[in-house]
Amino acid sequence: MSDTRLAVAKTYKLFVGGAFPRSESGRSYPVTDRKGRFLANAAQASRKDVREAVAAARKAFAPWSGATAHNRGQVLYRVAEMLEARREEFVAEVTAAEGIPAKRAQVAVDAAIDRWVWYAGWTDKVATVLGAANPVSGPYFCFSVPEPTGVVGVLAPQSSALLGLVSVVAPVIATGNTCVVLASEERPLPAITLAEVLATSDVPGGVVNVLTGRTAELAPWLASHSDVNALDLAGAPGELRADLERSAADTVKRVLRAPVTEPDWARQPDISRLRAFLETKTVWHPTGI
Amino acid sequence: MTDNVWEYAPAPESREIANLKPNYRMFVGGEFVDGTGEPLKSVNPATEEVLAEVATAAPSDVDRAVAAARKAYDELWGRMPGAERAKYLFRIARLIQERSRELAVLESLDNGKPIKESRDVDIPTAAAHFFHHAGWADKLAYAGYGPEPRPVGVAGQVIPWNFPLLMAAWKIAPALACGNTLVLKPAETTPLTALVLAEILQQAELPPGVVNILPGAGDVGAQLVQHSGIDKVAFTGSTEVGKEIQRSLAGTGKRLTLELGGKAANVVFDDAPLDQAVEGIVNGIFFNQGHVCCAGSRLLVQESVADELLEKLRYRVSTLRLGDPLDKNTDVGAINSKAQLEKIRELTASGDAEGAERWTSPCPVPEKGFFFAPTVFSNVHQAMRIAREEIFGPVLSVLTFRTPTEAVTKANNTPYGLSAGVWTEKGSRIFWLAERMRAGVVWANTFNRFDPSAPFGGYQESGFGREGGRAGLEAYLDV
Repeated sequence: MSDTRLAVAKTYKLFVGGAFPRSESGRSYPVTDRKGRFLANAAQASRKDVREAVAAARKAFAPWSGATAHNRGQVLYRVAEMLEARREEFVAEVTAAEGIPAKRAQVAVDAAIDRWVWYAGWTDKVATVLGAANPVSGPYFCFSVPEPTGVVGVLAPQSSALLGLVSVVAPVIATGNTCVVLASEERPLPAITLAEVLATSDVPGGVVNVLTGRTAELAPWLASHSDVNALDLAGAPGELRADLERSAADTVKRVLRAPVTEPDWARQPDISRLRAFLETKTVWHPTGI
Repeated sequence: MTDNVWEYAPAPESREIANLKPNYRMFVGGEFVDGTGEPLKSVNPATEEVLAEVATAAPSDVDRAVAAARKAYDELWGRMPGAERAKYLFRIARLIQERSRELAVLESLDNGKPIKESRDVDIPTAAAHFFHHAGWADKLAYAGYGPEPRPVGVAGQVIPWNFPLLMAAWKIAPALACGNTLVLKPAETTPLTALVLAEILQQAELPPGVVNILPGAGDVGAQLVQHSGIDKVAFTGSTEVGKEIQRSLAGTGKRLTLELGGKAANVVFDDAPLDQAVEGIVNGIFFNQGHVCCAGSRLLVQESVADELLEKLRYRVSTLRLGDPLDKNTDVGAINSKAQLEKIRELTASGDAEGAERWTSPCPVPEKGFFFAPTVFSNVHQAMRIAREEIFGPVLSVLTFRTPTEAVTKANNTPYGLSAGVWTEKGSRIFWLAERMRAGVVWANTFNRFDPSAPFGGYQESGFGREGGRAGLEAYLDV
């Protein structure tokens, strides 16, 4: 009987505000493996979907940034747990998406899981490492703390469909930012499956919003949206980058530029991606009796 | 209201101390040179007299200065041991201290700020900034940016007219400590102290080309930041120009930090010690004639104490002495330029037109010079221009709130995010509010405090990057 059973194929949709809607535009586009074989249809998000996602991210920002660092660490660690449980599924998806041997896909998935663990451990150390008690000249107690920048627009890496994606999303949310992620245009399926992991890992709805679709169509709307505070150009096509930076300037967005070629995401990260989406707040109070 | 008790005998500082010269020249490659731009005339805003003629840069001068900075970076400064760089910075700090009186008088002449502020804030804080960063030069490995952080290269820096020497120090000290060389453009209306600083750099025997100073207007600034020989741009000034710079650098890969405008909320709760709060409010908005990007220009008062506070505030403001910046008794000096005075008049007129209630200090206003009497607008609503736009003058907008949540919502209702203030006796409320203010600096039961060890900079459209402290080093390190 199992020989004749038809598998139940998954419908890949967007991930916005904790829900999985189709694009409001009703559009979808076929996703194939590296050999051109059809894998699934992905939702082709529109400008309106970008705006909905930004609204969801903004709504989630106050509670997520206000959660304790310990709590955020627990949630990120929970993502690693859920990802571990679905390891085989991700290996298959990454193999199909990236056209690499299963062995290499397995290494990438393992690294992605470990990356969540690494960033989970950072949530309650960032303020210790980047904050300071400032020895000012005068009768004041003065301290500085890192705070999340706000809503970050993330252009996920185009090649590394899971490890690259996790490497850019985890540091953004670890410190309390929320984000709108444009998944890899041609390899979007692992991103949506990751969204299923996030949805079952106590990550509050809206903290991560994942859109699939045409990067060149969607990225300019994200870059020019005035309620987006920062932009990660990791997966921005080279020919779009200058325009996106120009749009970002209209509201003085923080822009994290990307190297010309996609970096090796397997390398152990440092804290520069955490630092990129942090503000420093300095607080003064007089001392005295 | 102003009795004889407030009559003070004049106590002017002598302008001779400024060693004012009829001509000032640009500083390139360690020497003072003629610029090929049209010379500008720097004006004393308190008297409208011309103080000196100052050479300005043309594009060829920008090329020359950038080339000098590049040469100094490649051949010397970029590879000099940190401990040696440190000693130059310590020397500069000491020389500023030694010439502080001269610098203070010159600053007040050129800028219009009261001598007590240039003497007690601008110059000592500038010296302290060099002293603090000197110590960093050989300790960068401990700053948390990796074991051997490298400089960025050649920096192009553009600074405003409100704290001329202090802003030069904020830009130059960290850049040099981290091993960069630079070209600095002081503001068109206040170039003089930066050029005396250049003399100090010579006296400190700073190698030629490490620091180059090009006076000029906005066109020189634009040429500098867009110059292909620059690796990093640092700008302090208006949000409008900051956005233009960010746009112009798109796709170039140049590093950028921006310290832009603000519209800070200063929040006073009903339990605050009102007399202290009044002092803080006055300092927050009338310090430096309100020419402060982090000025507490939006006063948010809890409704139950609004009338009482306003009465105390108006009385206190009426005792502020407006006039000769060189007089040691002067609290509020001259508006820096005619253009700025017109901008203040235009924005305050919009306050009248939109229905806010204007109160102006009855203090005497000098006939000559650019002066604007301290002004308090009450009955201000959030939609009014005087509640939304940066006035950059001695003008306070007063709004009210009922609950702490409303205070936070109103305080954050701005695209800016540079600073904020809170006045209350309740410690837990201070931290509750400080946590929620989307601003880079929060002053609690104080206002307008600055220190080289305390990072300063904005959220949102007030810019990005920090100046001061460990966090400020990032702007000048290739990390």
